[in-house]
Amino acid sequence: MSVRPLRLSGLEPLNITPEMGFVMIGERTNITGSPKFSKLILAGDFEGALAVARQQVEGGANILDVNMDEGMIDSEAAMTRFLNLIASEPDISRVPIMIDSSKWSVIEAGLKCVQGKCVVNSISLKVGEEDFKRHARLVRRYGAAMIVMAFDERGQADNFERRIEICERAYRILTEEVGIPPQDIIFDPNILTVATGLEEHVNYAVDFLRATKWIKENLPHARVSGGVSNISFSFRGNNAVREAMHAAFLYHAIRAGLDMGIVNAGQLAVYEEIAPELRELVEDVLLNRRPDATERLVEFAETVKAKGKAVAKDEAWRDAPVEERLSHALVKGIVDYIDADTEEARQKYARPLQVIEGPLMAGISIVGDLFGAGKMFLPQVVKSARVMKKAVAYLMPFMEAEKTADSKPQGKIVMATVKGDVHDIGKNIVGVVLQCNNYAVVDLGVMVPAEKILEAARAEKADAIGLSGLITPSLDEMVHVAQEMERQGFSLPLLIGGATTSRAHTAVKIAQHYKKPVVHVLDASRAVGVVNSLLNDELKADFEAKTRADYQRLREEHASRSREKKMLTIEQARANRTPIDWSSYEPPKPDFIGVRAVEPNLSELVPLIDWSPFFHTWELRGRYPAIFDDPNHGPQARELFDDAQKLLDRIVRENLLQARGVYAFWPVNAVGDDAELYTDDARAQTLATFHFLRQQMQKPADQHNHCLADFIAPKNNPQSEDYLGGFAVTIHGADELAEQFKREHDDYNAIMAKALADRLAEAFAEHLHRQARIAWGYGREENFTNEDLIRECYRGIRPAAGYPACPDHTEKRTLFTLLNAEKNAGVTLTESFAMHPGAAVSGLYFSHPDSKYFGVGKLERDQVTDYAARKGESVGYVEKWLAPNLNYEPAA
Amino acid sequence: MTQAATNLHPLEALLRERIVILDGAMGTMVQRYKLQEADYRGARFADWPRDLKGNNDLLCITKPEVIEEIHTQYLEAGADIIETNTFNAQSISMADYGMESLVRELNLAAARVARKAAAKFQNKFVAGAIGPMSKTLTISRDVNDPAKREVTFDQVKNAYREQVEALVEGGVDVLLVETIFDTLNAKAALFAISEFFEMSGHRLPVMISGTITDLSGRTLTGQTVEAFLISLLHAEPLSIGLNCALGPKEMRPYIEELAHLAPCYVSCYPNAGLPDPLSETGFPETPETLAPQLREWAENGWLNIVGGCCGTTPPHIKAIADAVHGCAPRKLSEFAK
Repeated sequence: MSVRPLRLSGLEPLNITPEMGFVMIGERTNITGSPKFSKLILAGDFEGALAVARQQVEGGANILDVNMDEGMIDSEAAMTRFLNLIASEPDISRVPIMIDSSKWSVIEAGLKCVQGKCVVNSISLKVGEEDFKRHARLVRRYGAAMIVMAFDERGQADNFERRIEICERAYRILTEEVGIPPQDIIFDPNILTVATGLEEHVNYAVDFLRATKWIKENLPHARVSGGVSNISFSFRGNNAVREAMHAAFLYHAIRAGLDMGIVNAGQLAVYEEIAPELRELVEDVLLNRRPDATERLVEFAETVKAKGKAVAKDEAWRDAPVEERLSHALVKGIVDYIDADTEEARQKYARPLQVIEGPLMAGISIVGDLFGAGKMFLPQVVKSARVMKKAVAYLMPFMEAEKTADSKPQGKIVMATVKGDVHDIGKNIVGVVLQCNNYAVVDLGVMVPAEKILEAARAEKADAIGLSGLITPSLDEMVHVAQEMERQGFSLPLLIGGATTSRAHTAVKIAQHYKKPVVHVLDASRAVGVVNSLLNDELKADFEAKTRADYQRLREEHASRSREKKMLTIEQARANRTPIDWSSYEPPKPDFIGVRAVEPNLSELVPLIDWSPFFHTWELRGRYPAIFDDPNHGPQARELFDDAQKLLDRIVRENLLQARGVYAFWPVNAVGDDAELYTDDARAQTLATFHFLRQQMQKPADQHNHCLADFIAPKNNPQSEDYLGGFAVTIHGADELAEQFKREHDDYNAIMAKALADRLAEAFAEHLHRQARIAWGYGREENFTNEDLIRECYRGIRPAAGYPACPDHTEKRTLFTLLNAEKNAGVTLTESFAMHPGAAVSGLYFSHPDSKYFGVGKLERDQVTDYAARKGESVGYVEKWLAPNLNYEPAA
Repeated sequence: MTQAATNLHPLEALLRERIVILDGAMGTMVQRYKLQEADYRGARFADWPRDLKGNNDLLCITKPEVIEEIHTQYLEAGADIIETNTFNAQSISMADYGMESLVRELNLAAARVARKAAAKFQNKFVAGAIGPMSKTLTISRDVNDPAKREVTFDQVKNAYREQVEALVEGGVDVLLVETIFDTLNAKAALFAISEFFEMSGHRLPVMISGTITDLSGRTLTGQTVEAFLISLLHAEPLSIGLNCALGPKEMRPYIEELAHLAPCYVSCYPNAGLPDPLSETGFPETPETLAPQLREWAENGWLNIVGGCCGTTPPHIKAIADAVHGCAPRKLSEFAK
């Protein structure tokens, strides 16, 4: 019997027949796999994202895989927008689309945008037989083919028997019960990572190949596909080995019957061109031909890697003159010999200060130049700074003995995290980078009031002031500092930085309060350029004029934009609330009502760490683990990650940090846009009320004006016994640990400790959310990998006060009181409602399956007035805390 | 008409036997009656706030005798299938006249008048005509935002669903999704049809007809004939074909291509040439010039269903029916479903 063609279409047909050979599915328009694409989408640069799609098609992709699974964005909307844009680009839309998501709602949104016959990636029995059939029926009704993952109610298939058992069952259900033409079924029998060092993984590739062969022989007309790069995951960072593994694996898989695969088309190596030695080692691993195959390949991989960066292992630099050794140690961040080399230099030079001003400054200025040119990355710079600090610390006693004057820095910067805020990782990084460029930095720490900052600036005769903050109320505090500087007649430049700050905000809200230069600094890599320009007499005038003109333009743009935006009245917005049918819905009831404290071991949290933000902290862009393959900074990311693992191991082993958290459930009902909490199930006595805000922007016809209250059963509904959860988690000990490192002149590990504490706090939130879903019942059926959890594949959400869905930080007070968070988790709130210690997460748990994250966006006066009345606060008070969200100028 | 799923539909039985004749243009015929605003309105819509002249679908309610007469003329000319006068009878198009609330009634009336005409003959079929509607899902009308759409898939689907339910309730034998220039709109219509079949537990044969808009050989939304075919086969249509926009000369290569590819029956009903404002019908091809071209296609074994679109009249249909008489119908392609 001849195999029926699998027929797909974009603007043009794609008939997949056994004769046409391997079909390449372009993988770069996948937000979870491509750092570049992810960055473009997160920045809203859909034009740039289209260019990625075009490159894939031009590069030979037969099908374009589109994935928008990213927790930070509305994936349904992004999928819709991107596919609509593709529809307008004939050179892209000529090929069929593969709609890739782990969320059915995103898949369905995509299916509604594509005129051709596309492929859904994927459906599986993981959701149970009934939903599987429903999904398949809908995919067919939308006119698409489907990838079926070898995944069922019991989990992912990882051996031959499970693979064929699931695929056969799915095939039977689809062809016999649902009526899917067998050629429209594409199985993905799970390409899993080999050479992990774990015994149970050694046969993964062999099992995949066998399963592929079995499917092609036993399930007529069905196709086989897979994500190829998974196979070599354990060699991330080593492209030579990975490419050889991909080429060899594809060679065998295609012979076994693999029809198509998700690949980076441009990067495919040719099987015949793999070096024979490497090919044999790779095939030993893939085909599981000998017990020591992995070991041998790892050993070989080390040599391949070492060739790439021979310097790292080469000790030849030790033979160079001392100046070159110091320079080398600084550029490479090597502390091993620094004391000895510094001592040698000290004896060679007349005075210790000359060592600093001579070879050490020369080395550190190379670091500054390389960093400025984008050839070094932040983690390396901070390591270099550690070398510098250690050298200076070594020389210090000799200089004091000599009582010589200080070396004269280029300038002095007073830096602080503003009052009410405790976040300082970014500020510390900027401080280190400035010091690397010969600026003196006076770091006042966190929660510093305006008075103290200005006093220090005067006392230290500072040349500039730098303010940092992470949470939105800090923006107002920065405005306050600017006003005070103006009032007290300062003339120093003011630098603004931190996660919530922006150029636009600085231009619109801060700059107008202070006549002297106010400049936003996007990240540490820009800090030196900005400070150099501001403090250099020749560059200063130009830079100031340019910044002023730039900010003036931003203000004008802002003004015209805000006028253009169409807003609804709060009544109109409420009329367009999230449509949830409560009549047929029975809310889940948690195991317990009330508050529970928890103190998990750190080792339970480590597997749940989402590493991508960790790299962002260090200004390395990209997603974990794909970042290790980044041609630009992959090796640096790898090195940073290894250092992080080392410290993390130590933290866990020696209990250097402690996790403390608390969570709770309460009976709840929605009353308008509020959530009314009750003392018990009688629902007679109100315990407290959470107040929520509703989106007021005009929405397209099929979208709604969301408010968190929409996800809670309304009070007037007779069967609406709903429950709300709340939590606060924190990691204690990071400040103390960082302080300890700082005393050892090790800023690198000081920053690292705080960054890890932040990651552990987020992982703790993930961990506790899982406990909460189990308490709620529906979580017991979950079968998620850690990866799935990080990608928020589960039911329900945990929005936090101060974040887009509920931007009002003051609601945290209610939550903390209810949780008794200070007693139960040792976490308190500052006057700006920042949590202390800073490595902390708090929020509310919503259980409704339709609940989702959204941004409240801009608010009109009518809602703010109503909200103030609901909270029992003055309009002015509420406006102060919601300042970044106001779509109008509040009365003074 | 109803029958068990296991039995062959009488239309399919006829298709196995010979080339089946579809009717010609409705609009061209209505024009000949030179109806005025008052005729369109009738007594019932005398005070309707908007102009109604040109709302041909409305005539099923206000001038049913005119529509019945046109149907009858086509049946007399030899048409086996007549199309209901419902090209625009869904809520999105009817919004132009403020008549969204009349959609159900329009379709019921159109099915009734077509059934009444067909009842005067033996073995005739009524196809419920489902047009492309006035808004498109694939093209942005906003030059500044190519991602913007005037309407959503669900809105289009729901509008078609309402039309489909009323047509079926009115007693049509088959559904004909036609003049498709945006395949995604057609997919929404076919989605609505499939949903309705599942709900009612009863299927009717579905015919599909696309429009190649110009000599590029593509639909308005850019698909080639084969891509168009592949995109809609999931609906398991009785037939797929082309109509409108082109005359027989221009349509020929695309019908040839479709005839080689389609795993179902192939239909075609071209315009009477490209528009020519100087000729009587507005189109150049006469019955005498049109019919021989279609006979050639039939002789090539390309046709299962043939009729006419814009500019064709009962004499055109009679000439076509006579011309293809005796030609064997096209055999189904090997192109697997």
